[in-house]
Amino acid sequence: MARRLEVEGLSLGYGRRHVIENLSMAPVEGGSLTGLVGPNAAGKTTLLRGIAGLLPAEGSIRLDGQELTKLGAAEHATHVTYMPQALPQRVALSVFEAGLSALMSSPDPAIHGAAAREQVMATLDRLGIADLAMRGLDELSGGQRQLASLAQSIVRDPEVLLLDEPTSALDIRYAMRVMQVVEELAREKGTIVIVVVHDIALASRWCRRLVVIADGKVAADGSPDEAVTPEMLANVYGVEARVERCSRGTVQIMVDRALP
Amino acid sequence: MTEIAPQRAELSAYASIIRKRIALIVTLGVGMVVALFLDIATGPSNLPLSDVFAAIVDPESLGASTQAIVREVRLPAALMAVLVGAALSLAGAEMQTILNNPLASPFTLGVSSAASLGAAIAIVLGVGIPFLPALWTIPFYAFVFAFASVLLLQVVARLRGSSVETLVLFGIALVFSFNAAVALVQFIASQEALQQLVFWTMGSLSRATWSNLGILALVVAAVVPFSLAASWRMTALRLGEDRARSFGVDAARLRFLSLMRVSLLAATSVAFVGTIGFIGLVGPHIARLLVGEDHRFFLPASVLTGALVMSAASVLSKLIVPGTLIPVGIVTALIGVPFFTILILSRRERGL
Repeated sequence: MARRLEVEGLSLGYGRRHVIENLSMAPVEGGSLTGLVGPNAAGKTTLLRGIAGLLPAEGSIRLDGQELTKLGAAEHATHVTYMPQALPQRVALSVFEAGLSALMSSPDPAIHGAAAREQVMATLDRLGIADLAMRGLDELSGGQRQLASLAQSIVRDPEVLLLDEPTSALDIRYAMRVMQVVEELAREKGTIVIVVVHDIALASRWCRRLVVIADGKVAADGSPDEAVTPEMLANVYGVEARVERCSRGTVQIMVDRALP
Repeated sequence: MTEIAPQRAELSAYASIIRKRIALIVTLGVGMVVALFLDIATGPSNLPLSDVFAAIVDPESLGASTQAIVREVRLPAALMAVLVGAALSLAGAEMQTILNNPLASPFTLGVSSAASLGAAIAIVLGVGIPFLPALWTIPFYAFVFAFASVLLLQVVARLRGSSVETLVLFGIALVFSFNAAVALVQFIASQEALQQLVFWTMGSLSRATWSNLGILALVVAAVVPFSLAASWRMTALRLGEDRARSFGVDAARLRFLSLMRVSLLAATSVAFVGTIGFIGLVGPHIARLLVGEDHRFFLPASVLTGALVMSAASVLSKLIVPGTLIPVGIVTALIGVPFFTILILSRRERGL
C-alpha cells in the first residue's frame, strides 16, 4: 500500500499571525511527485515547514494514520525531512561531510561508522556527484551545491521528503536532473515527495499532482491538466495566459500579459 | 553481492583526510607543550630548558630560588596562558557556530566588557564580598558581570521573533554600553584606582595563582566533554537551522547549553586574567583553516590553537622589551593581527 499523508484543518503561522488557516487537502500519496505551486508569499514554505514540524501547528497531519503533530521533534524528524532553499555560503565542509552530518546529528542515529559512510556514498552515486565527495561546498557551482543539499536530505531515507524550491537558480539541465532524481527516488522507494517549484511548466512535466496555494489556501488541486487552467492563472497569478499542450502532451503556458 | 567490495576510492580519501587531521591536532598539541616549556624558561632571569625539565620532573635537584621562581611564578603563569587560551578559543568556536557569525567571540559580544565593568566596580568602589578573601573580590565581580551578560544574551535569544542577527546586534550593543559604563567609573575613580583598573583591563597572566588556576582547569575539564558530545549537532547547524532541526537537532536547546558553556569558559578566564580580546576570535579561525568545520576536529583544534597562540604570546610578551613584562593582552592583538591577516590573505590566494 502506498504511503499516505493527510493534512486536515491545518493552521500555521508565526506568532499570532496565521499564514495558513484551516487548510485541508486530499491525501498525498507516495510513489510520485506532488508539486506545490503558487505566487510569492502564498504560504508554500510555511506549509512545508509546518508539515516538517518546524512550526507550531494546529490541526492534523497524519502519516499512514499516525498523527505527526503529536510527536516530539526528534521522532518527527525520523519520518520527515525538509530541505530549505539553499545551502549557506562559507562553510568549511565537504560534500561528504555534509551528508554524514545529516545522519550523525540525529539524537539517535539509525546507522553509524562504516555503514553511515557507505550510505552517504551510495546517495552521492544516486545523484551522480560521487566524484565531488571530498570537494568543499564552497568550491561547487550553484547546480552542484543544490545536488549536495539534496544529498543531505535524501541520505536520511525519509518517508516524507519536503523540498523547498530545489530548482530555483539552476540552469535547465540541473533543474531537469534534480527533478528526475527526485522522481526516481519517489518511484523506487514509494517516498512521499512534496516539492515547491516556481516554474509551472517544469512542475507540470514532473509532478503527477499539483496543489496550487494562494493566500494560504488551496486554490486548485489535481493533475497538471486539471490544476493549470487559464482561469487559475488569472485568479491566482493575475496574468492572462493560454495553456496548451505540446506534441508530447505536456502542459505549456504562454503568458500574454499581466492583468491590471 | 556476496563478496566484500574493496573500499571505494572516495572513502580511502576520506580516511586519509581524517588521519591528516589527527596528525595536525597532535602537532598542535606538541607545539603547545613546546610553547609551554619556552614560556616557563623565559623571564627576567632566563632558565635553561634543562632546568625547566628538572623543575617539573625532579624539583629537589634545583636550587631553592630556581625552584621558587618556577613553582610560584613561571609555572602558574605559563599554565594560565595555556588554559585561558584554550578556554577563550573554545568559547569563540562555539559562539561562531551557534550564532552563525565569524565575528562572534566572547570579546566582540560583550562578555569581556562586562567583566571589565565588574572589575571596575570592584576596584573603584572597593566593595568586598563577605566571607571572600580580598584577593578574590575583583575576579568575583568580573565573573558575575560576565556571566550576567551571557545570561542577558540568553534572554534575548529566547524572546519571540529574535533571530541570530538580533543576538549578535544585541551583543555589540552590550559592548558599547559596558564600555561607556566602564568609562563612567573611570571618570569618577581616584588616580590610584584608575591605574589599577587600566592595568586590569590590559589582561595579564601575572595574577595567576595555583588556586585560580585550579578553578579554571576544573571549568575547562568539565565543559570540554559536553562540547565534544555536541559536535555532530553543531556541524549540522552550520548548514542552517531549519535543516538541522529537520534532522532532529533541537537547535534551541543546543544554543542554550552552548551559551551556558561559553559563559562559564569566558567569565572564568576573563575574571582571572582580564581582557584578552584576540584569542577567542583567531583561535577558531586558524583551527577552521587547518581542519575544516567537522566539529569533532574543529573544537579540539580550536582548544589547542588557542592554547598555543596564547602561550606563544606570553613568551613574546617577555621578549619584546627584555626585562619588561608587557601585558599579554597587548601582545596578542599586536602580534596576532598581522599574523592573522597574512593567514586570511594566503588562504584567498590558494583559492580555498
